Amino acid sequence: MNGTNLSSYTPAQTWLLVILRMLIGWHLLYEGVVKLWNPGWSAGGYLMDSQGPFANLFYKMAANPSVLQVIDFMNIWGLILVGLGLLLGIFTRLACVGGILLLLLYFLSHPALIGVKYAMPTEGSYLFVNKNLIEMAALAVLLVFPTGKMAGLDGLLFRNTVDGGR
Amino acid sequence: MSQNKMNRRDAIKGLAAVPVLGAFLLGADAKSDHDEDIKQEILDELNVQPATPNPTGSMKGDVLRVGVIGYGGRGEHLIRAIGFASPTWMNDMKENAAKDPKDTRLRDYLEQENLNVQLVAVCDTFDVRGELGVAAGTKDGFKPKQYRDYRKMLEDPNIDAVVIATPDHAHAPQVIAAIQAGKHVYVEKCMTHKVKETFDLYDAVKKSGLVFQLGHQHRQTASFLTARELVKKKVMGHINLVQTNTNRNDDNGAWQWEIHENGNPQTIDWDLFLGNAPKIPFNAEHYFRWRKWWAYGTGLSGDLLTHDYDRINCLLEMGIPASCNASGGIYTHRDGRDVPDVFQGVMEYPDFTSGATQEAGKEKGMTFIYSSTLGNQYDRGSLVMGHDATLELGEQLIIHADPQSTRYKDMIEKGIVSLEVPMYAYDPRAKGVDAVTGATAKYFANKGLMYTYRDGKRVDSTFLHLREWLSAIRNGHKVSCGLEEGFQEAMSAHMASISFRTGKRVEWDAVNRKLKNVSDAELAGIGML
Repeated sequence: MNGTNLSSYTPAQTWLLVILRMLIGWHLLYEGVVKLWNPGWSAGGYLMDSQGPFANLFYKMAANPSVLQVIDFMNIWGLILVGLGLLLGIFTRLACVGGILLLLLYFLSHPALIGVKYAMPTEGSYLFVNKNLIEMAALAVLLVFPTGKMAGLDGLLFRNTVDGGR
Repeated sequence: MSQNKMNRRDAIKGLAAVPVLGAFLLGADAKSDHDEDIKQEILDELNVQPATPNPTGSMKGDVLRVGVIGYGGRGEHLIRAIGFASPTWMNDMKENAAKDPKDTRLRDYLEQENLNVQLVAVCDTFDVRGELGVAAGTKDGFKPKQYRDYRKMLEDPNIDAVVIATPDHAHAPQVIAAIQAGKHVYVEKCMTHKVKETFDLYDAVKKSGLVFQLGHQHRQTASFLTARELVKKKVMGHINLVQTNTNRNDDNGAWQWEIHENGNPQTIDWDLFLGNAPKIPFNAEHYFRWRKWWAYGTGLSGDLLTHDYDRINCLLEMGIPASCNASGGIYTHRDGRDVPDVFQGVMEYPDFTSGATQEAGKEKGMTFIYSSTLGNQYDRGSLVMGHDATLELGEQLIIHADPQSTRYKDMIEKGIVSLEVPMYAYDPRAKGVDAVTGATAKYFANKGLMYTYRDGKRVDSTFLHLREWLSAIRNGHKVSCGLEEGFQEAMSAHMASISFRTGKRVEWDAVNRKLKNVSDAELAGIGML
């Protein structure tokens, strides 16, 4: 096995990494499921509420109904698949990358900049750093400290491969 | 370690997360059931379906030939709505769209349905505007005729229908003349300027059998159609107070419109503009900012009270009030105008009922309050307040249960209806109806007053209102803001104006259809006979 030596984790390190992975998985999976179960849900309002340097790009996405449909679909299923991947430890590395990409889009559309106001209420106080950024960083940690093979289906699926899945 | 033991350990580790997924599914299912049960219970109780728009027909057949009288700001919008944007507007919108991708007005216009009409005549007392209207109507080698005098235009037998968007004092004479010439009419609010002409117009249109539509495009707004359902299903219980308002704080909102540099006695037919108004020498400010004087306009009552009055009349069908009191003054724009810039109209409906939930005979009567200022633009929102709930009426509909409601008492006690969040919200932009909303939904409300939604797609409500009129001409169905609605709108607004100008509480005799306590001499004294 190349890269990080899994056996070098202490049990506490292993379990805390696994718990972190499952918590993020749980969160993203529920975000996806809730949208799937709500037939009226659309990303349109959120996209139109975008601010910051990339706002125009997000407005354009929201303005085109067929593009918006694709975005809604990809967002819902992206969240569900990434959430399942993290929770079950299956295709964990891919799930980490997918999650980082989704969170990056949320972060770019709603950056916590000085002087920027959103119609959508937030539940905390943020300056540059917000929960999307922190969750993204946590996924980056999980990408370089993989646990899919230690407590997850990757361990069964990719038992005989050198570096697959993780 | 044996191979077997190794496999078993791997399997356990691999499946370690599966129970967590099980817990997730149980939790998500329980939460969804809980939310759904509450939502369903509220929806079952309210039994409200999002309203479908009025049925209108096909635009197929011969081309309808339309003329416009009054190609000012509003006239330009109306004519654009039927498919004839002015070249200046097209250029402005191209520039705006290039600057701001959120600005989709040009694209919306280009994607609009072709209404199969031809603009054949443009009448305006100001040549510059008339020429612009002709340019807007010039298409495929066809050029509309230009007139200064509407009477000349109405002689043309090749006009089927006219759109009237002139100053208020010209409405009634022009509508009556158009009807007598056999043309269908779409006229802007306020329908009339004076009391007697309101009856004359009513009689003329009634006799004619022609299609008449008053320009209250709110009637097309999806949320208002659904709000009618809410009233019908008695969701608010006995409605005892309705509060509406206008708040503006800019020059345009205070009718300080641009005085065109080329407006002079050579380019403007001043006598035709004055019509039945008192004769005074040419005055460019009176011409371009006519809403500032009672001689031509109807003040806040005719310009803006009418919008709110008609919106509520569309929901409650309460008609002309038994009495009306008004107050106000000129408190911000002391610039020579004689109409108030702060204005309140309070209308009483002692016999109104929208369904009672308390013991019989206890609930009856309602007050409609319209309050406006042209010196502050804080949005106070429109509220329809009943014993059982309050409706926030806007592009979105939000219903708050009343803590003392009789109808929802049990649901509030059981925790099904929360007093912290709205019990029901309707957003025409969303794909469905939602009960039990969080605070979030509220924040997206009321962005874009000019538009409404059909199947989730944004549409100009003025376009829909004109389309309905054109379709009624072609297909013979009803319009949503016709003669009866127009008569009620104009008379109610006039009662508010008369009350403000005479200091009287003005009363309406519903049986004999006349003003009870205002003499002709009093009306003549304020130029409203």
